[in-house]
Amino acid sequence: MINLRILGILASTVIFAGLLTAAGIGPIQAKDKVKVGFIGPLTGGTSANGLGGRNSADLAVRLRNADAKAKYEYEMIALDDECKPNVGVQQATKLAADKELIAAATHYCSAVAIATVDVYHKFGLPVIVWGAVLPDITYRNKYPEVHRVNGTMINQNQRNAELISKLGYKTFAVIHDTTDYGKGHNKYFSEALAKQGGKIVGTFGVTSDQQDFAAELTQIKSLNPQVIYFGGLTPIGVRIRAQMDKLGLNNVVFDATSGIKSDAYIEGLGKLAEGSLSFIEGGPIERLPGGKSFLVKYNAQNYPNPPEAYGAFAFAAMSLILDTIESVGPDRKKVQDTLNKVKDRDSIVGTITFDDHGQNTVPVITGFVVQDGKWVVWEDSEYASGKRKLPGQK
Amino acid sequence: MDFGLFAQHTMNGLMLGMMYALVAVGFTLFFGVLDVIKFSHGDVLTVGAFTALATFVGLKSMGVASTTVELLAMLIAAIGAMAVLGAVIAKAFVLPLRAAPALNTLLITLMLGTVLREAVRLFYPDGANPKPFPRLLPAESVSIGNFNLRLDNTIMLAAGVLVIVGLQLMLNRTKLGLAIRAVAQDEETAKTMGVNFSAIVLITFAIGSALAAFAGLMNGLYYNEINFGIGLYLGVVGFSAAIIGGLGSIYGAILGGFMFAALQTIGAVALPFASAYKDVFAFAVVIVLMAWRPTGLIPEKLSERV
Repeated sequence: MINLRILGILASTVIFAGLLTAAGIGPIQAKDKVKVGFIGPLTGGTSANGLGGRNSADLAVRLRNADAKAKYEYEMIALDDECKPNVGVQQATKLAADKELIAAATHYCSAVAIATVDVYHKFGLPVIVWGAVLPDITYRNKYPEVHRVNGTMINQNQRNAELISKLGYKTFAVIHDTTDYGKGHNKYFSEALAKQGGKIVGTFGVTSDQQDFAAELTQIKSLNPQVIYFGGLTPIGVRIRAQMDKLGLNNVVFDATSGIKSDAYIEGLGKLAEGSLSFIEGGPIERLPGGKSFLVKYNAQNYPNPPEAYGAFAFAAMSLILDTIESVGPDRKKVQDTLNKVKDRDSIVGTITFDDHGQNTVPVITGFVVQDGKWVVWEDSEYASGKRKLPGQK
Repeated sequence: MDFGLFAQHTMNGLMLGMMYALVAVGFTLFFGVLDVIKFSHGDVLTVGAFTALATFVGLKSMGVASTTVELLAMLIAAIGAMAVLGAVIAKAFVLPLRAAPALNTLLITLMLGTVLREAVRLFYPDGANPKPFPRLLPAESVSIGNFNLRLDNTIMLAAGVLVIVGLQLMLNRTKLGLAIRAVAQDEETAKTMGVNFSAIVLITFAIGSALAAFAGLMNGLYYNEINFGIGLYLGVVGFSAAIIGGLGSIYGAILGGFMFAALQTIGAVALPFASAYKDVFAFAVVIVLMAWRPTGLIPEKLSERV
């Protein structure tokens, strides 16, 4: 009898609470708090990109919290993966194990992103990768939890090989770091270049924290290539370019990947950065569909660091997460299912359509060249117009 | 391999070897006087390089334009500050642990090194990013085939040789050197002969740390880029070089430093596998050498110990 009575009270309470919410009486009280996550390299050599991404994701959360129509109040937990796979796995586990956390925008470094996908799958945490470009992150497994808004290094290297071959360059030396990121770049660039008829005269795998490249560069010098292709990140990119100068390798094009497209690369090299090439998925923030308004809002928050190359993607990833939570509620499973069906969705980085691996299928690739201490879109540069020449260009 | 290429690899190896040797000599000096391993040595080098960079930035903001003045000021600031830091480390962390097992000194300096490294990363403005280091030496160069002989590298190499020769003269020809050698040989006897033991230890740590600052500055000028992690790697390499040379022997440390650089260059150039394995190769050879000569190539003889 007593049990039945308690049950009755419980049931009526639940129904009453449900009625309150349905009738819209609930929102009079404070909004429910919902936790979302962000992971990126906030310290270490690639921290410029990590901090830019963190701020951009934070911007998405702040804008949503300032919106009176939002159903929930969001709190973003930002963690630092230091661009190291072992640290990344710890941080991913920390986020994924927090049951109150619904979804996350994760990882700039490919080596970290590929190491963490299993964690997200095991814990069932839906994530959207905002910066890492290794194809395997979405394509090695078919994890419904993992999505990615930016394109992959396959697209990037095709565009790179096309452009550099069109400029008349034929012989290449490849330096890549021996992480999954660098090895992937080496593989996809070599494949793309072979289709264009370019020749690789030597390939050098280096560690991702190497300081001295004199031995490798001296070897390359004796092989006499027209272009040094570099698959790796800013810290060693800066070192390699600086040491090329020391060995008198200035008549060679430094052709690199999205990994060096940061202000830190130019700051680290000064004048030597001139003429370096880089390719990124997406476009410069100013040229993206929603880029201008993004920059205005970003600058209004007075973040101490610029958004960098992938800030807009972090913003788009976090916005997509927040949109989804708004529409289906704070439930991991529902958020994941809805994300998997995203098609032709407008965002500041262009249209987003996830394929059956959660990969955005419509990435834009943009080439950049350093001109007068700035990354300039290739098509807008004086190098493309013929006013200036890359080293050794005919 | 043609001559130009060979000369270039030799020059690269010599530059690397000079930096390794300067670090290794520090390790060997500390071990000589106190029989301790000071693992924060590499990070003292980092702090020295950043001190030099901060001095440069400061001078620039004051409007100093002469590169000679800048270079001298950086040299003095880095060497002076690191000498003081080295003496402070000895006074505060190493001497008080004299009676404790040697392992404690090793641990405390290992932790201190981490503190120094993280402090640079966190407190130097944007310390986590690689920092451009100014080019202050004349950059003229002569190209002979594949060999690019640069004036700045030659100057640095010569300066390194001068420093090492100077240190050697100081140890062998001056009263201070005599005192350092006396302490290294037998602490008790040195004390009874009127040598101020603590003062000599502090001075030795100051000298070793000043050498690290010099190596840090050289590292910056050579690569034109420094970051908070440079000391960690140089510390490990310098320590290994000191060990294979024979801990406690100055000549051994120098030999060890140049040998390690030679091994790395050979590993990257002459061996058929990817150059990423050059450290694997170099350290593997070190392991073999240690198994063959556990006390190092030039073992510390009591009478010659510095």
